[in-house]
Amino acid sequence: MTRSTPRSFQEIILRLMSYWAEKGCAVLQPYDMEVGAGTFHPATTLRALGNRPWAAAYVQPSRRPTDGRYGENPNRLQHYYQYQVLIKPSPPDLQALYLGSLEAIGIDLALHDIRFVEDDWESPTLGAWGLGWEVWCDGMEVSQFTYFQQVGGHDCRPVAGELTYGLERLAMYVLGIDHVMDMPFNDPEAPIPLKYGDIFRQTEQEYSRWNFDQADTAMLLAHFEDAEAECARILAAPVEDNAGRRIVMAHPAYDQCIKASHLFNLLDARGVISVTERQAYIGRVRALAKACADAFVTTEAGGGSAGSEIAHG
Amino acid sequence: MPDLLIELFSEEIPARMQARAREDLKKLVTDGLVNAGLTYASAGAFSTPRRLTLTIEGLTAESPTLREERKGPAATAPAAAIEGFLRSTGLTREQLVLRDDKKGQVFFAVIERPGRPAAAIVAEVLEAAIRNFPWPKAMRWGAGSLRWVRPLHSILCLMVTEAGAEVVPLTVEGITAGNTTEGHRFMAPGRFAVTSFDDYRAKLRRAFVMLDAAEREATIWAQAGNLAFAQGLEAVPDAGLLAEVAGLVEWPVVLMGAIGKAFLGLPPEVLQTSMREHQKFFSVKNPATRRIEGFVTVANRETADHGATILHGNQKVLSARLSDARFFWENDLRRVKAEGLEGMAQGLAHVTFHNKLGSQLDRVKRIEALAREIAPMVGAAPDLVAEAARVAKADLQSAMVGEFPELQGIMGRYYAEAAGHNDGVPEACREHYQPLGPSDAVPTAPVSVAVALADKIDTLAGFWAIDEKPTGSKDPFALRRAALGVIRLVLGNGVRVGLRAVAAPALARHGVQDEAETPGGTPGSARPAPQGGRFTPTLGPGAALDESGALADLLAFFHDRLKVFLKDQGIRHDIIDACLAMPGNDDLTLLVKRAEALAAFLKTDDGTNLLQGFKRANNILTQAETKDGVEYSYGADVKFAETEAERVLFAALDAAEGAIAPATQAEDFAAAMGAMAALRAPIDAFFEAVQVNAENPVIRRNRLNLLSRIRATCLGVADLTRIEG
Repeated sequence: MTRSTPRSFQEIILRLMSYWAEKGCAVLQPYDMEVGAGTFHPATTLRALGNRPWAAAYVQPSRRPTDGRYGENPNRLQHYYQYQVLIKPSPPDLQALYLGSLEAIGIDLALHDIRFVEDDWESPTLGAWGLGWEVWCDGMEVSQFTYFQQVGGHDCRPVAGELTYGLERLAMYVLGIDHVMDMPFNDPEAPIPLKYGDIFRQTEQEYSRWNFDQADTAMLLAHFEDAEAECARILAAPVEDNAGRRIVMAHPAYDQCIKASHLFNLLDARGVISVTERQAYIGRVRALAKACADAFVTTEAGGGSAGSEIAHG
Repeated sequence: MPDLLIELFSEEIPARMQARAREDLKKLVTDGLVNAGLTYASAGAFSTPRRLTLTIEGLTAESPTLREERKGPAATAPAAAIEGFLRSTGLTREQLVLRDDKKGQVFFAVIERPGRPAAAIVAEVLEAAIRNFPWPKAMRWGAGSLRWVRPLHSILCLMVTEAGAEVVPLTVEGITAGNTTEGHRFMAPGRFAVTSFDDYRAKLRRAFVMLDAAEREATIWAQAGNLAFAQGLEAVPDAGLLAEVAGLVEWPVVLMGAIGKAFLGLPPEVLQTSMREHQKFFSVKNPATRRIEGFVTVANRETADHGATILHGNQKVLSARLSDARFFWENDLRRVKAEGLEGMAQGLAHVTFHNKLGSQLDRVKRIEALAREIAPMVGAAPDLVAEAARVAKADLQSAMVGEFPELQGIMGRYYAEAAGHNDGVPEACREHYQPLGPSDAVPTAPVSVAVALADKIDTLAGFWAIDEKPTGSKDPFALRRAALGVIRLVLGNGVRVGLRAVAAPALARHGVQDEAETPGGTPGSARPAPQGGRFTPTLGPGAALDESGALADLLAFFHDRLKVFLKDQGIRHDIIDACLAMPGNDDLTLLVKRAEALAAFLKTDDGTNLLQGFKRANNILTQAETKDGVEYSYGADVKFAETEAERVLFAALDAAEGAIAPATQAEDFAAAMGAMAALRAPIDAFFEAVQVNAENPVIRRNRLNLLSRIRATCLGVADLTRIEG
């Protein structure tokens, strides 16, 4: 059953929210840090670990500095939104649930060509990998669909199923818009109709310039090293605090890992990292992610202090 | 005789894995059945994105009864021996049979293993096949622990006889085999039951699933050809893409569209790469304009609007992709025209090549210096080669190559032309990466050859200097490929270059920090170093390069790769060893010339016989030298010859020595070997007629010295002691 076509970007987000809420997901809010993708949200990265069941859905603003095009490219943005769903263990009808979400946002499955095309997902920076697909709608990648196998070097048991929707592209398709900046953000008949460009064209220009030309690479490098050091320091702190409470600080440490990862992306956009150096930087971020995962699985949410077995990769 | 039908139904199997998977399924199951004693008439395997299917016809209904007899101890044997026999056979004393044997009565055990019904065997074999399936990458899902390429949803396993179809009882990780399957995900959802392979195949087709990948490929290509032809165009063949696309659809529907006019000015490689890599589109060429003007995409379904929505969507995605490509192309061209390709290359200063080997620009400067040295050896103008080397890597700074790394070099050529370079420089930008693999073409244009050699030799020297050599299966910097590239460039172009003379300055540039211009070695020298002549660096001040084993080691690496390469050409490793021991072994062209001549020579009767004669002479001589503690190397004199055979040999050696030296000098190894061949008969006759270890010590010494002349003469051609056999 196909519902009416949505009229705005935000309506698509709202429909996804209510669809996944109906399917039983906890609807979370974006993580309040700069990340490259919704996967970095601790609700995915960390919660994919351990044996506790989990079902969450959220929008995550994401930044990819190298994709900035000064707001001129119809599809590329250095700041965009991902919609992310993570369910653990992955239900047997996850593909059907996913297709249901496409219908919920007005995609008529009888008229379009939906395909699951191999895409082995790997995040070298997170020490994570999974198998799945890019989902294509009429040749356009509208989502990534992944069965997580490992995160931070730990086997995922049970396996979490992850769905990531590129919201702008998906919405442009559904709304029939050719240039992202022309896309209605709120209802076009609202008293004050706003287009995507009204909100983001200027910021795309500003950030593209900063990302590509202006960001102070020496400073970014120093910040990278600070984040790396702080992450290590947090994790090296004794498990018991001054009052004798046992608190592993997996999340604060992971924040530093996220920071380092984003700083690396900025350095990359400035073109100061070579192919060979890249590997070294990625390895450094991965070491942080792995250390955070090691810490998380010892915590209650990670299934650690609950006394359950955690499988190690 | 029953037929067997198996279908493993899963979520979408990666296209590239399907062909291998259907063969693996066939092999695992048929091997298992045969090992269990069943036979079958024929088997066929099929795949679609969501299923692997195996049909086996004419399977035996049960495995044969196996009867085994084992001879045991004699009836009179001690009780312990009989007990042992009972234990090993698992029988009781009453079950043993007594038979007459030559030495009296002996116990025999007769063990019968009854045949088993095929269904039981199939269940076992299929479960094992599923659990041990060799997917290149497998995964777990949900809370289970079974591994499959993607979640496995159902198993169909039917034994079909004249009496009807029966499900083979089988459960793997909670999935119980049945007799049902599903059709097309969207066009015919829902499960249905089948009763045989023919029924299965026919019902699938009605449910919009074309089971056979070959049929899907043929359908796609025929439809694509027709659509293109109708517009006066032609689809560009791409077998790899066709196989992949056929693995992405169960019900192929081909749609064709045009590339927007705004994008027709893009280089064809850009259009093709973008469409193929991103969209899995075939390119469609206009034979009149020779341009790529359209595309063919393959959908997985029919729709009420005959694909209009799908085509429109695909067209839109393509426009987005190509406007990205055009953005890169136009930006790059603007930059190249404003700052030149050398200007663009300056950005390489900020890109680290390797943290111990400096920036990409440092690397470019080293390559430039080395290429300038190599230029005269390949007949190229040094200034032109230097110019090419300076710009060859510039496109790594372009936006297009940033997006499509596989276009490196290809874009370089376009940008070099746009920047006004000519005389082989643009081609060198593209070709200096070549040859990329054993079957990739070898450039022949002199400028390209010089830069290609310099690029690879600098890379090798660099990683040798920092001791990051390939080990075992680990070769992260593709250094074996680089060495093979040097070998193929040298041999393919008949380049005469002593690798020592080229590698030494390359190593020196890595050993001497910040003195990239320091001259080293003997650049320009095309002649090999003398035998055993070790490289003695004549480097500028501050040269830290010890002769370093690095040079010798790098040369040995080239020789190893050369052996592998020549082995593939059918030249034995011992023949190569025999030639490697000769002077000038760092001149690969010379080395191979000698090896080819020697290989040809050893295939002749004269060659094999001469080799035997040589070995005999060498053995006798070596034994005598060991025994006497002296070296017989000089002084054979014909006046001490006692027999005609000796005198003939003296004369033959005089003639051979006279011919071999100039032939070797002229690198006419065939002639040198021919002269050596003339020694065969005199050597054979000599050993026939003469006892070398004569009683008379003077005659003995003279004959040993004569043998020594044989050895020296032959060793002047190649080190025959290294030839096996």
